[in-house]
Amino acid sequence: MSTNVTIVSRRGFLENVFSAGALILGAQLPIPAEAAKVDSAAWNPSVYLGLEKDGSVIIVTHRSEMGTGIRSVLPMVLADELDADWSRVKIEQAIGDAKYGSQNTDGSCSIRDFLEAMHVAGATARTMLEAAAAKQWNVPASECKASNHQIVHSKSNRKAGFGELVALAAKQPKPDPKSLQFKSPDQYKYIGKNLPMIDSEDIVTGKGTFGMDAKVPGMVYASIERSPVFGGKVKKFDDAEARKTKGVLQVETLDAFKPPHVFQQLGGVAVIANNTWAAMQGRKKLKVDWEQSPHAAYESQAYKRSLQETARKPQKAVRIIGDVDKALASAAKTHEAEYYVPLLAHASMEPPASVAEFKDGKVTAWAATQNPQAVQEAVAGAMGLKKEDVTCHVTLLGGGFGRKSKPDYVVEAAMLSKKVGKPVKVVWSREEDIRFDYYHACAAMYMKAGLDAKGKPTSWLHRSVFPSIGTTFDHTARYAMDLEMGMGWNDLPYDIPNHRAENGPAENHVRIGWLRSVAHIYHAFAIHSFVDELAAAANRDRVEYLLDLIGPGRKLNIQPEGMKYWNNDQPQEKYPVDTARLRRVIELAAEKSGWGKKKNLGIAAHRSFLSYIAAVAEVEVENGKIRIPRITYAVDAGTTIHPDRVKSQFEGASVFGTSIALFGEITARDGKIVQSNYHDYKVARIHEAPIETQVHVIPSRELPAGVGEPGVPPIPPAIANALFAATGKRVRDLPIKSV
Amino acid sequence: MIKLKVNGVSRQFDGDPDMPLLWYLRDEISLTGTKFSCGMGLCGSCTVHVNGAATRACVTPMKSMEGKAVLTIEGLSAKGDHPVQKAWKTCAVAQCGYCQPGQIMQAAALLKQKPKPSDKDIDDAMQGNICRCGTYQRIRQAVKLAAGVKA
Ligand code: FES
Ligand code: FES
Repeated sequence: MSTNVTIVSRRGFLENVFSAGALILGAQLPIPAEAAKVDSAAWNPSVYLGLEKDGSVIIVTHRSEMGTGIRSVLPMVLADELDADWSRVKIEQAIGDAKYGSQNTDGSCSIRDFLEAMHVAGATARTMLEAAAAKQWNVPASECKASNHQIVHSKSNRKAGFGELVALAAKQPKPDPKSLQFKSPDQYKYIGKNLPMIDSEDIVTGKGTFGMDAKVPGMVYASIERSPVFGGKVKKFDDAEARKTKGVLQVETLDAFKPPHVFQQLGGVAVIANNTWAAMQGRKKLKVDWEQSPHAAYESQAYKRSLQETARKPQKAVRIIGDVDKALASAAKTHEAEYYVPLLAHASMEPPASVAEFKDGKVTAWAATQNPQAVQEAVAGAMGLKKEDVTCHVTLLGGGFGRKSKPDYVVEAAMLSKKVGKPVKVVWSREEDIRFDYYHACAAMYMKAGLDAKGKPTSWLHRSVFPSIGTTFDHTARYAMDLEMGMGWNDLPYDIPNHRAENGPAENHVRIGWLRSVAHIYHAFAIHSFVDELAAAANRDRVEYLLDLIGPGRKLNIQPEGMKYWNNDQPQEKYPVDTARLRRVIELAAEKSGWGKKKNLGIAAHRSFLSYIAAVAEVEVENGKIRIPRITYAVDAGTTIHPDRVKSQFEGASVFGTSIALFGEITARDGKIVQSNYHDYKVARIHEAPIETQVHVIPSRELPAGVGEPGVPPIPPAIANALFAATGKRVRDLPIKSV
Repeated sequence: MIKLKVNGVSRQFDGDPDMPLLWYLRDEISLTGTKFSCGMGLCGSCTVHVNGAATRACVTPMKSMEGKAVLTIEGLSAKGDHPVQKAWKTCAVAQCGYCQPGQIMQAAALLKQKPKPSDKDIDDAMQGNICRCGTYQRIRQAVKLAAGVKA
């Protein structure tokens, strides 16, 4: 076994990078004494920034990198506002620490929530450097300007590098954030430009360190046998054969979680070995008897029928406008339809993996995690420690898509390390990843519309029934959470006088979690398919019909029944539901896709994560196979920073949405998940993905909104609608198995 | 005792002969650029070259490696400047990056066999490599750029 340490720890970073003499913005950094002594005092805290006397600018990046580019892009904003030379910037990944604010890289909100903080940190440091130069030269601060890593006084033609000014800058008073002067957009050097991601070189040379690659001295490897039925406990087990496997060191049990499961370990039997392969081989030789679980009767077809039956009956209203029953009764015509989206798995290319070391009552973890603070909480909770006693280093993530916000696999590693007395690496196999996921909920939806003589809805009823993510936090929960209802469902933006959204109860038998764009996936599929059906019934052009349905551009006031409108936790005054923006993306997507000139197109437009997205899919069917020559997106995500990474997120979302439309389906039999790997849980490959994804971003100075997720929801309905246009076949259940 | 070469360096292995090359590379000699994802030859994340041919390391047992030469992503070029690596950077292909070493090794093997691949050649050669982030459009672009064929 190798003892190479292949990851740079935060401790190493502090000792080596924040060397003595460094000026540290943010006095509360847990820095080693020698650095802390020197400069940690008297500087305005920005936990995101440090400057060295040699002129190095160190930016702490606190969000997790799983492919959006966020770990590069937020620092670019700070560096730009500081007017730093990007080539002299060093980036360090933050450990989990509440002082950074939320680190839960989930919900497409990193730019939305931290753009301002980056500008403030950069402008604060710049202002203090300018003040230091002014003092040194005895000139007014207003005459000193930052320019590419220097402060310049042009009247006297004097210049001083950032490094030279560090000591003096540290002593300057911290400017009032309200007094800060920010760059104007025409002064930006990095914002709006397509700088390479900081990890791109490491990735193409194989040097990028993912959770799966973490290695610390003395580490052993664990593979865990878990109950095939959710909630099953170990009755007894025989590990004789497992122990005989070459390389296997020991076998340990892990207690089952106590409901609600939240982010706890599932429990089971762990085989510890001196390499991953031996651990996996040993685990396969375990013979475990499981106690009967209450979920052993879970079967997907029967479960689907029960959700559908619930959806056919009146349920709890979660938004009421006008009187749907009366309007339906007096409608010229009605139209109804049922839609279904199955359970889905995340299937990131990197299965969950983590290293943890329990030592002297403290845990240090290295994990591919979207949420290192949740690691601290979950590990501390499981082991009776204080949150501060858990240090979580964040590696690169080989995809996350919501799964890696749940740190159960880090809890496993920490608990095992305590038992084994060594650092333990827990590696999930692909099979475990597929069988023990926090699944995207399956959902049954019932829709009914009352139509006027021209086929326009005068009433709209949408029932949605699915096991809620809330069951992760309260296993007795039967109804949806506000956030699930607020995802494209109780905030329907159409101009219909009578509207009712209803939610029926659902019991749950697996772990349910967040998957890229979450409840928008099934709501968008039902709503935009249904709109297409109504337009088809009225024999009208889809784009015209949709614009008609949305009505004039206006800002809606969404008021659901008995709850707050979620709106991504943002007030509607700040982020209104603005139908003018929705109309604009529809018009743009139509124009760019050649709408009206081709027959095989389908459209869907959806607001999610505060962004407005329209997608047009073009499909071809040959020998029963669906090919997607093109997806055309129009995107209004407000202010964006890195045009190419915005584009790449939509390119990716187009493929992710295609996988949902054509392939994704997790099923259970006798309580066990049937699928196990990429042969039976298919995701789109190069020849199945859209050949071209065009992304048209509307330039905007509106507040920043989401980018990572909003591209997903419109894709499955756009593909289904295009398929109808091309073949006359209507899809109401996903995935689209045959054509 | 199995003797093999990895990135030009002679190596010996006397562990479990059934251990896949993947775990030898990753756990025994710390070449973690070769990734584990499916372990069943389904996704291409673990692609390396064995005697020049693209090979799934996760389903290649060490006992079949006697006398063979392995090239991993770490050995593809001294400075990360193989034409495929350069094209990958120019096209900013990577999102999370996890699948990309496998994609790059697969693409490098393709270009050795077919220096001027058609769209179909690219689809055929690359369809064993999954990218869950969905970077396929740029993978196709980058392969063409590396090959010097028109996009
Ligand atoms: S890990 Fe080898 S092909 Fe997937
Ligand atoms: S870049 Fe993330 S899996 Fe390919």
